[in-house]
Amino acid sequence: MMAEVALVHEFLERNAERLPEKIALVCDGQRLSYAEIETKANRLANALNFLGVQRGDRVALFLPNSTELVIAIFATLKAGGVFVVINHSTKPDKVAYILNNCQASAFFTWPAQTALAADLLAGIQSLKVAVISGSPLGITESDKVYSFEQLLAQHSPSRPLKVNIDLDLACLIYTSGSTGEPKGVMSDHSNVVFAVGSITSYLQNHEDDVVIGILPLSFDYGLYQLLMVFSFGGRLVLEKGFTYPAAILETIQRERVTGFPGVPTIYSMLVNLDLSSYDLSSLRYMSNTAAALPPAHILKIQQTFPWVILYSMYGLTETKRTLYLPPEQLERRPDSVGIAIPGTEVWIEDENGQRLGGGQTGELVVRGRHVMRGYWGDPKLSAVRYRSSSILGERLCYTGDLFRMDDEGYFYFVARKDDIIKSRGEKVSPKEVENAVYKLEGVQEVAVIGVQDDVLGQAVKVFVVVKDGNLNEKDILRHCRAHLEDYMVPKYVELVTELPKTSSGKIKKTDLK
Amino acid sequence: MIEEQIRHYIAENILFSGNGYPHSDDTSFLENGVVDSMNVMELVAFVEETYHTRVEDNEIVPSNFDSVTNLANYLRRKGI
Repeated sequence: MMAEVALVHEFLERNAERLPEKIALVCDGQRLSYAEIETKANRLANALNFLGVQRGDRVALFLPNSTELVIAIFATLKAGGVFVVINHSTKPDKVAYILNNCQASAFFTWPAQTALAADLLAGIQSLKVAVISGSPLGITESDKVYSFEQLLAQHSPSRPLKVNIDLDLACLIYTSGSTGEPKGVMSDHSNVVFAVGSITSYLQNHEDDVVIGILPLSFDYGLYQLLMVFSFGGRLVLEKGFTYPAAILETIQRERVTGFPGVPTIYSMLVNLDLSSYDLSSLRYMSNTAAALPPAHILKIQQTFPWVILYSMYGLTETKRTLYLPPEQLERRPDSVGIAIPGTEVWIEDENGQRLGGGQTGELVVRGRHVMRGYWGDPKLSAVRYRSSSILGERLCYTGDLFRMDDEGYFYFVARKDDIIKSRGEKVSPKEVENAVYKLEGVQEVAVIGVQDDVLGQAVKVFVVVKDGNLNEKDILRHCRAHLEDYMVPKYVELVTELPKTSSGKIKKTDLK
Repeated sequence: MIEEQIRHYIAENILFSGNGYPHSDDTSFLENGVVDSMNVMELVAFVEETYHTRVEDNEIVPSNFDSVTNLANYLRRKGI
C-alpha cells in the first residue's frame, strides 16, 4: 500500500508511473498495462470535461464488465466526477429511475442500448451526453451521442488537473432497500481508499497477486476487486460472470490466478464440478461474502482446495466490508464471520441503545472511516442508517442486521431486521418485486418472500391473486423478466385465491412458505 | 430440427415469451441478456433430458452454449 494515496484514481496513476508496462487488466481478450489504462482514462476524462462534465457531476456507467467500464470508472474520477455503475441486466425503467435520482450528467452504455440512450437523453434533463462503447458502427456524433473510441481518439492523453480532495464523492453504489426504491450509497474518496487499505491488509495482497473478477462491478464486492488490485499493483482478470464455469477454470489455470472472490452460489456450483482436469495450484486465497457459507460447503472447499486460504466475510454497501474471519479461526468457528476489519470497530446494541456482551444478540453497529456518507438525496433514510456517536460530528452505521457475539468477541450473523432477500449474494427487495408484479394488468394482490435454496441461498417466491383467470404463471414470469434484473426474477410463482391477512388487514407473510 | 427445439425451449421456459424466440440464431445469449448464469444450467438439463446425452462440465463453454447456432452445432457434433 502506498500511504500517500488520497484519491481513488491515484491508485492507477501511481502504478502507471511505478509499473507502466505491467499488465493490469486482462479482459475481453485484451491485455492492458497500467500505462495504457492511464492514457485511455486521461483521454476519456478530457473528453468528459470537454463535453461539459464538471466537478461532482454523476456519470452513470450502464455497462457489463469490460475494459471500457474500467477505463470509464477512472476517467470519471479524473474528470472530477462521481461514477455510478448500473448492473447491465437492469431494465429501462429502473435505469431511468437511477439516472433521475442521481441527476446524472453523462451516460455510458453499449451498442444494443443506443435507442435507450436516445430516450434517456430526451427524457432526463440533467443528462448532457451519452457515450456508446464497443463498435462505433452506425453511431453518428450528433444528438449528444458519442462513440467511446472516437472520444479516445480525439482527446489529449495528458492527465487532467486534480480538482477534488478526499472528502469529495467518488461513487454512488445503488442497493436495494426495504422501501422498494433503490438507493445510492455515497462513498467519498477517503472512505474508498480506507476500505481498500484495510481489506488488502488482511488479505495480505501483494504485487504478484492475480485476482479473477467474476462479479459485476455494479456490486461493491465486484467493484472493490478492481480498486484493490489497482492499489497494490496486481493484475485483474475481469470476466462477465460465472455462467460458464469451465471457461473460468481454464482462465484460472492459464492466467495463474491467485485470488478468487466468490459468493455462496458460485461456491455451491464450484464444489459440484469435476475439477480433476485443471491445474488450480496457483490459487492462494478464496473469499466469500454477501451471505454466509454453509459449514458443509466450507468443509468441501477446504477438502477440494487444501492449499487455499479461505476468508469468510460480511459487509453491507453502507460500510463496504465490516467483518472478516481470520483464516486460522475457520476450523474453530466455521459459522462465524469474524471480527471488525483492521482499523475499525463494531459492537452489538439492544433496541434501547445498550451495548451487549458475549452470548447476546443485537443490532451490529459499525465505527470507522469506511462508514459511508449516506444515501444520495435521502436524508430521512440516511438518518435511520447513519447516526451520531457521542463524539460530535462522528457517524456510526446501524446495519439493520442482528448478530450474536461469542465470549471471545467473534460475531455470528443471526437475521436481518428487515425483510430483504439475499439471492445469489445480491439483495432483493420484496417490495420492489411486488411493485413490478402489481404493474401487470389483472393482478389483484401480491406477496414476495424468500425461500431456502441450496444454490441461490434464498430463492424469490411470489404469491399472486389474480382478478380473473386470464393470467398464468408464465405471464407473470415473462413480465418479471422484462422489468426486473435477472437475480430478482422469481424462481417460483404460486397463484392463490387469497393471501393470509392480519386482523388489521395487512398481508401476513409469516404464514407464507 | 434442433434449432427449432432449442428456440422453442428458450422461448417457453426461459423467456416465457408469448410469441416465440425473438432473436436470431447467432445472437449471443450472454451479451444480449437472453439467458443468465442460472439459465445456462437449465439449458444443460434440457439438453441432457431431451437428447439423452451427458454434458461434461468442460463442455459448458460459450462456443457450445452461447447461441442457438452454437448449441445446435454442439449437439450435432455429439451425433444428435
